[in-house]
Order: sequence, then structure tokens, then C-alpha cells
Amino acid sequence: MDFNDSPEEAAYRQQVRDWLEANAPKTRAHESDPEGGDNLGPAKAWQAKKAAAGYACITWPKEWGGQGGLPLQSVIFSAEEAKYPIPSNPFQIGLGMCVPTVMNFADQATKERFAGPAIRGEEIWCQLFSEPSGGSDVAAARTKAVRAPDGSGDWLISGQKVWTTGAQFSDFGIVIVRTNPDVPKHKGLTMFWLDMRSPGVEVKPIHQMSGGSGFNEVFFTDVRVPDSQRLGAEGDGWKVSLVTLMNERLAVGGASGMGWAQFLEAARKTPGLDGGAAIKDSALREKLADWYVQAEGLKHTRNRTMTALSRGQTPGPESSIGKIVSAVQMQDLASNAIEMLDQYGIINDPELAPLHAGFQGSFMFAPGLRIAGGTDEILKNIIAERVLGLPGDIRVDKDVAFKDMPTGR
Amino acid sequence: MNFDFSDDQKFLKGEARKFLEANCPTTRVRKVLDDDAKGHDAELWASVAAQGWLGAAIPEELGGLGLGHLELCVIAEELGRAVAPIPFASTVYILAEALMLAGSDEQKRAWLPKIAAGEVIGCLATSEGPGVVTGSNLQASVEGGKLSGTKIPVTDGDIATLALVLAKEGGKPGLFLVELGAGGVTREAVKTLDPTRDAAKLTFSGAAAHRLGGAGEGFDLLEQVLDRAAVLFAFEQTGGADRCLEMAKDYALDRYAFGRTIASYQAIKHKLADIYVKNELSRSNAYYGAWALNTNAPELPVAASAARIAGCEAYWFAAKENIQTHGGIGFTWEMDCHLHYRRSRQLQLVAGAPRVWKERLVSHLERRNAAA
Repeated sequence: MDFNDSPEEAAYRQQVRDWLEANAPKTRAHESDPEGGDNLGPAKAWQAKKAAAGYACITWPKEWGGQGGLPLQSVIFSAEEAKYPIPSNPFQIGLGMCVPTVMNFADQATKERFAGPAIRGEEIWCQLFSEPSGGSDVAAARTKAVRAPDGSGDWLISGQKVWTTGAQFSDFGIVIVRTNPDVPKHKGLTMFWLDMRSPGVEVKPIHQMSGGSGFNEVFFTDVRVPDSQRLGAEGDGWKVSLVTLMNERLAVGGASGMGWAQFLEAARKTPGLDGGAAIKDSALREKLADWYVQAEGLKHTRNRTMTALSRGQTPGPESSIGKIVSAVQMQDLASNAIEMLDQYGIINDPELAPLHAGFQGSFMFAPGLRIAGGTDEILKNIIAERVLGLPGDIRVDKDVAFKDMPTGR
Repeated sequence: MNFDFSDDQKFLKGEARKFLEANCPTTRVRKVLDDDAKGHDAELWASVAAQGWLGAAIPEELGGLGLGHLELCVIAEELGRAVAPIPFASTVYILAEALMLAGSDEQKRAWLPKIAAGEVIGCLATSEGPGVVTGSNLQASVEGGKLSGTKIPVTDGDIATLALVLAKEGGKPGLFLVELGAGGVTREAVKTLDPTRDAAKLTFSGAAAHRLGGAGEGFDLLEQVLDRAAVLFAFEQTGGADRCLEMAKDYALDRYAFGRTIASYQAIKHKLADIYVKNELSRSNAYYGAWALNTNAPELPVAASAARIAGCEAYWFAAKENIQTHGGIGFTWEMDCHLHYRRSRQLQLVAGAPRVWKERLVSHLERRNAAA
């Protein structure tokens, strides 16, 4: 038992370090333009640089333009890359989920058309799955596609998607739509790729409760998509979407944001119950210990996952616990950090509360994190069903034609 | 990255599981539970000694197998799973570790071979009454090599041959080795929440005591010993917690209510998912503790504290929610659920309660944070 790289891993890490030292940015780029939009220039430039050097899409097969590398090499690169002030990564969803789906189901010409520009960061993809009527229940999608009446075989898409990350700057997207409402919900879905600039596509940012706008609503009004843009067979959209979700990048990223160490630091500098520092408050000390133990538990769970990768094994189910623990902790920790300030905790102004602005930020973002990418409840279902082997929920809509399914809001 | 046990260690774990399934089914555990006169399963203890497990981490020249602590960790996990009614922790995690850590050559030669051979049962005698024992309330004292005082409860105190006792000498705290078969010791069995483990009140009146380690180092040394023991306890707790999850799962899949298995209800599924998450956090923290213990890393105090806190939390949560999943039958004497409920509490207290460890952990983090 040790934390050392194997000789091959060490050699790869050294090669990565050398390259990053010579090529990675030394200062953080300004990524917002004066109008508050996104300046993708630095991110695109960095992606192009990585692609040219063979550090983009390390694990993709060579026939897609990847490196055919090992998952652990990708983990090593990300860990080393994170030590530099690199730009944000708007390519993650496209390269992690959308483009691999296209690669799995599209014809040769389409693959050749899209792989290179995606890897080089020239084109950005988004994933159009969630809808107002179905977040956890993606298969309940109502956005529909019907054949165009002109006999061309083209499809016309109408409806609405929601919580689409990066739609405002994406060039292409993959979209799951209902093509047959007369069969049960999972059987009537079909997947397409489309140009986000097609006539009839309208992107509107969502104003989050936290104040920001990282996600979008996307409206479709008779958006014409040729049948050649279908991914998989008509009615196989659900199966195709499972391939997309399987391509989700390995959950081995490090913890980020305001954690136990930031809390400890703040508690040392904040007056507590008896006028001494808040860190002397035994109730806070107990909580701090719990958060530390959880954070360490996740860190070493990632180490176990990486060990499996290092041995060429598929990581076990232990990697499924990450978000469920970290999202709940983020909310709990931020809430306690704010409470520690007593009346002052209500202030949400970095100039007046510089030490705590991060906690106020995570306090307002945490509710979203507990929902995004699988709610706490869905993740517990996944652990119960896929890890522990417990039965799936009883689905009252399983054998009902989509059009006859009861609906509420 | 190689954050896992080796194939040999995993093989040993598999063998330990087979051995305990054959030699320590819960019917055997219940023989100790149901018999007030029985402090442990002496036959199982002898066969565990014959397996060489007691000396797994003791050097070969001192009669052990000279394997290492990682081997001890996998054995501990299986003992926890089996709720083994033997004084393994007192003897191996605490007494043998204390001797290897601070014993003189003479003390090591005198005791470690006997521990490895199963001829000595150890116990740790620190507690004297309700609450945490500290330098200011510690009463037991040694004068001229003779120990006087009372210790209660002492896990395995009624069956042990050699005690590790916390006492003052010339006003300074020290750890002392006391042979319980010699004069000046009275023992009284004490009823505890976990009758599958022995406990006693020990009264010393002039018992011969030999200091382990330096004068005045009692609490420092005790912390170091408990750091080492905490990692091994954490593996026992993880093993017990995993067994509780299995029991709850198996029962939930078999039990029907309202026309379907209770395992199909989200209230039960989410409960078992919660147990799983805590068990994984416990396992991962225990692994890090194992690494720190095995390499004698400076991170050991922090790693051991985290492993202990996570282990206590996971086993307690799994044990209580296992009973809840079983419903009424889980509350009966005949079901095995309470064996884990009892043992989880025993393990949670025996090396110091979680809140003591949380305080220690945060103190360490404060110092580390201030130094950084």
C-alpha cells in the first residue's frame, strides 16, 4: 500500500509536468467580457494547445482522434493541469458525453466532420435532455419530433429543454425527443444531433436563485432536422442516452470550494461564545471533525478508484458516493460558517465580509448542487439498485402509452 | 497509486473469513452472551492463536509471523464481521502494540513471544469512573514499584494475565505492566452492554508494577498506543458495519409487506444507501490509517483519529438501522441484530469515545493549520 506512481505513471507524469511548465498559462485569463457574457478565447486557445500536444481527449480511441491512452493518464494530466491557473472548461460536457455519443452512432462522414473541431475546442457541444416536466425522469420528455409534411423525411422538433449548461455558446447539441407518444415512455424516444443555430432554436438564460446564469432554457419551434442527424434507430433514444450517461467523466475530480480548512481558518479569526475565537466552541469543533472525516473519506475513496484504474480495472461502486456526500456537506458547512458570524452572517458583500464571501456563495449554490447531475434522492436510488442490488421502484407508467400518462405540473 | 491491499493480504482476508465462518458462527458468540460465567470463547482463542494471528505483526525473532500491520488490518476486519468473542483487541491491538512501541528489550522478550503463542491475555486499565480520565482526576498510583487504586471498567480484566495500567508515580502519569496473577489484585466481573466481551473491576493493593516507557510519559504513550489501536479498531468496525448492511439487505429482500418486498420501498432503499455511504467513508479512512500505521508515518495521529471517528459512526449507524430494517423481529433476543448493536457500542467506547477523538483531531488540525 503506497501512494506512489508506477514507473510508467511516473514517467507520464514527468512528461506532463515538463509540457505544462513550458506551455501552461502563468496567470488567470479574464473570461468575462464587459457585457457580462463569456469570453471563450482563453479556453479555446488552451484546448487547441492541448490538442496539438496530444493532451486533449487522452482516453479517446485513436480512430476518433484521441490518444488511446489509459484513464489514469487522463487523471494524472487533470491533476497536474489543475496546479496552473488554466481557463474554465466549457468543453467538458461535449467531449465527455455528447461527442462520444455521436461517435458511437453517427456515420463515418459525420464522425470525421465533428471529432477534430471538438477536440481542438473549435466547436462546443451541449446536451439537451432535462425538461420542465422531467428532471429526474428524463424518459418523460415531452419535446416532440414529427416527420415534416413535405415528404422529405426531415423531422420537425418542437418543445422545450431546460437546465442546458452552455447552450448560450454551444455550436451543436444532442437532443432527446419524443417521436412516438402511442407507446410507453421509454420506447417512444429518439436522439438527434443538431446545429444550435438552426432556425427555430431559441436560448434563454435561467436566472438562478443564487443570482448567476450558468444554465439555459432552450425552446424549439418547428426546428427542421434531417433524418441523417438521427443517432441510433427511431425509438431507441433511451438506449442511446444510456451510452451518453455512461460516458460521464470518471468521478475522480478533487474536492473544491469552501471546505473544512477554510472553515477552520475563519473560526480562528471570528469571536466565539465567550469572546475567545469561535474555534474554541466545542459544538463547532465536533462538526469540523465530522466534515474533515467526510472529506478525507472521499479523498481516499478517490484514491481507491485511481488504484483500480492504475491496475487496469473498472472502478467499483465506491466512486458513486462522491456528490451525495460533498453536496450535503457544502450546504451544512456553509450554513454553520454563516451562523458562526451571528448577526453579521446575513451580510452578503465581499467588501464587508471578505473572509466569508465564499461561504455565502456556497450557501446559495448548494441547493443547486444537491439537485444537479442526479438529486440526492436519485443517487440514493442508484446506490440502492445498482450497488446493493435492491429492486427498482414500481413504475406505474411502465406499460402505459406516453399520451395516456397522468401528468401534473 | 497503489491504495489497496496486496493479493497476499486479500488471500489472508479470505482465509480468515472462511476460518471464522467455520469456527465463529453467531451460535458460538451466543455461548458467551448467554453464559455469565464465560468471559470469552477460550477454544476459539486457542485456535486463533494456532492460526498465528496473534503474532501477525510481531517480529519473527520474538515469536511472531513478522508480517506487518496491513495483515493485522484484514484480520481485524474479519473479526469485526464475526463479532468474535475473544480478547484479540486488548491483547494484540493494545498490549502487543504498547510493548513493541515502548517496551524495553527485556519486556519485549518476556511478553511478546507469549502473546504470539496465545499464553497471555492483555487488558488496558485506564478508566476509574464516569467520564474521561485525565491527569487531574487520575487516582491510581505507584510507589516503590507497588500499584494501588481501582480501575473500572477494564475490558477483558477478568480473563487477562497482563494489564497495561495508567497510574501516577511521584505525581507523574505513567503506563505500567502488572501481572494480574500475582498478589495484590482483586477482580470482580462487571456487567456491560456487550456481554460477548469480558469486563471487570480491578482493585490493586500493592500489586507489583513495572513501568513501560519513560517516567511521566503515560498520557503521551497512551495516545500513541491508542492511535495504533484505533486503526485496527476501525477495521473491526468497518467489518461489523458491512455485516449489518448485508443482514439488513438480505432481510429486506425476503420480507414482504403490503404485497411487496420491503426492499422495494424507497424509505428502506435510502436507509440502506445511507449505511453504504457511511461504510465506504469508514473503509476509506481506515485504509489511510492502515497506510499511516504500517509506514509509521507522521500523519498517523490525524489518520487514526479520522479512521476511528468514521468507524464509530458507520458501525453505530449500521447497527441501529439494521434493527430498524428488521422491525419487531430485530428487537428479539433470538435475532443477531443486537449482537452488533452491543458490539458497536463496546468498540465505540473501549478506546475512548468519539467526542474525545474529535477533540484530538481538531487540535491536531489546528496545530497543522497554524504551522502551514
